[in-house]
Amino acid sequence: MTTLIKNGTAYIDGAFVKKDILIEDKLITRIEDKINEPAEKVIDAKGMHVFPGFVDIHVHLRDPGQTYKEDIVSGTRSAARGGFTSLCAMPNTDPVVDNIATVDYIQRRAKDLGSAKVYVIGAMTKKSEGLEISEMATMKSDGIVAVSDDGKCVQNAKLMLNCMRYATNFGLPLIVHAEDYNLSGSGQIHAGKIALKLGLTGIPALAEEVIISRDIMLAENTGSRLHIAHISTARSIELVREAKQLGFNITCEVTPHHLILTEDACLGFDTNTKMKPPLRTEADRQACVQALKDGIIDCIATDHAPHADFEKVREFDHAPFGVIGLETAFPALYHHLVKPGHISLERIVDALTSVPASLLDLPPSALKIGYPADICLVDLNQETSFEPEEIASKSKNTPWLNQKLSGKVIYTILDGRITWEAI
Amino acid sequence: MDSIPQFVGRNLFDLDDYSAEEIMYILEAARGMKEINLRQYKKIPTLRGKTICTLFVENSTRTRMSFELAASRLSADVVSFQATVSSLQKGESLQDTVYTLDAMGIDLYCIRHSSPGSPQLVHKYSGKPVINGGDGRHAHPTQALLDIFSIWEKLGSLEGLKITIVGDILNSRVVRSNLIGMKKLGADVTVCGPRTLMPGGMEDIYGCRVEYNLPEALRDADVVMGLRMQLERMTEGLFPSLEEYSKHYVLSKDTIKFAKKDALIMHPGPMNRGVEILPEIADSDHSIIVEQVANGVAVRMALMFLILGGKL
Repeated sequence: MTTLIKNGTAYIDGAFVKKDILIEDKLITRIEDKINEPAEKVIDAKGMHVFPGFVDIHVHLRDPGQTYKEDIVSGTRSAARGGFTSLCAMPNTDPVVDNIATVDYIQRRAKDLGSAKVYVIGAMTKKSEGLEISEMATMKSDGIVAVSDDGKCVQNAKLMLNCMRYATNFGLPLIVHAEDYNLSGSGQIHAGKIALKLGLTGIPALAEEVIISRDIMLAENTGSRLHIAHISTARSIELVREAKQLGFNITCEVTPHHLILTEDACLGFDTNTKMKPPLRTEADRQACVQALKDGIIDCIATDHAPHADFEKVREFDHAPFGVIGLETAFPALYHHLVKPGHISLERIVDALTSVPASLLDLPPSALKIGYPADICLVDLNQETSFEPEEIASKSKNTPWLNQKLSGKVIYTILDGRITWEAI
Repeated sequence: MDSIPQFVGRNLFDLDDYSAEEIMYILEAARGMKEINLRQYKKIPTLRGKTICTLFVENSTRTRMSFELAASRLSADVVSFQATVSSLQKGESLQDTVYTLDAMGIDLYCIRHSSPGSPQLVHKYSGKPVINGGDGRHAHPTQALLDIFSIWEKLGSLEGLKITIVGDILNSRVVRSNLIGMKKLGADVTVCGPRTLMPGGMEDIYGCRVEYNLPEALRDADVVMGLRMQLERMTEGLFPSLEEYSKHYVLSKDTIKFAKKDALIMHPGPMNRGVEILPEIADSDHSIIVEQVANGVAVRMALMFLILGGKL
């Protein structure tokens, strides 16, 4: 199979250039000013941007165990609609990914039926209960790319220290969801003016910051490779900035919603604004945007967390935490940050492609000869609509539900195969 | 008043949505209702044929009684839904509960629920007007209206009054709604309690004064309101003992002397005598605590009447 992408604006080596791209079977084989060779499929990408396929290192596919929310087929289809070609699946499924049988299941199912490459993150502790170290070395030999108890947080500092020592022994990065349970308690949204006004219990910024502070010290002590998931407060960012200046091997990610929305979004009791960490203050949001520009925040990850309608459409404090993010990620970032000039398109694309791939040693995502043909084509002048029936994910829990955002993924190509084509 | 406020079909989620003029209109209507409650035959036929549902997902006997009495006195039919003896305990969602109730032809819902925002959900599911009878720590607008009515009835106006509210500010929906309403009517409100029971940002959000020292908070107050101190807060690590709390924050002869001589004493009830208020104050001549309860029925009658478009 040969596919020729003609007349597009391609993102190559950090610059936008007019290039034609030829794909033969699974690989990019030619990138030239003009390619006129016949191909089985020719895509006229006039007016479109051609990006490397997006990489999301923080996704909840809910498979196995909660497939009414999402499964590997629907989750990767949602990825394809969003321009993503590689995902890292978090292990908080049922059963938890703390064993090779479950790792195998996800890998095999994604390979057979998926519309994106799925890399597996193993649990850091058995059943992610925060009590005993998981068999991470065994899972590593089966292909996990990192360990994490995401959704939960190891509260015991001694155990966390040992998880770091052990993971480092086997060359595994650790991804931490930073949350001190005593401080977050029964909190629902950020402990700020909106929580006060709505009478909802608050989750203080401190709940995140004290764990990040602790884990930076533990990582310093153990020399481990630590990645902080979904950073959300200005003070957390300062902690990471300082750790990086000291030369520790610490990285972090931010979600699109923490870059765009604030606690104010919770005012109408919309449970699609309820997630962990919670939407913070405007000052925190601005700090996230600035840190992403500065590189203190390394990459963007969606924390795609599907929940069914019957779980989300109910009393605010009874609804589960989390929002979907794969399909809204690029349009939301483009619409709210790039288009108004707050951040460059180049930085957003880097933070969605080459950077996240490098953080977890995934195959690089770039438009280069000889590389896998993982590509997405985006028309920045079209809008994407997020009506429930247009969302590819099984779940519709997004704060941008029923909205239109600028930027539309027209094609997604995975290993030379078209996985998404907008009609 | 430029125009007569329109209430028909409206919700009462909190007092944010009501202007000072509208609040005054409700108070005037409540004054009329109070008069009915003093008659020998305490019933008018104005809401005959209307059905009001008290949907109490959180227990509260007195508030439910107050709503139901108010509805009965206006001749509405009342159905009472209590979660402890109902399907919600069997796992039915609020959505399905409201669909079920709505199928029976409810015209107005009065809801009490531990979850903030649940009155909005009931309205969303039913399309019918909803009166919030208390949703978690969020709001309790009918309590605020009856408190405001009680002050207005005694002192004529809230403009420029110094009102001090003492107690567990953190967990109080009564304070939040009262602050919104009292500020709209021009009162200066001070809230007082220990720092562990005082949420940050009160001044910015509500434009009130925050004071941690009781005598300072009470200085020159025209109205003093105590709040119920709940024992659970102790196990949550917010204060060490009722005794120590009481030593610093009880309304007593010793502390109340900092307020104006004839300051009104209020409490939304139920009281913990000896904890947040001593009998010498609760039962004093300036206490209007019992009258607040009577006013609650009148205010709720006024709201039901206005929202359901009753005719006098």
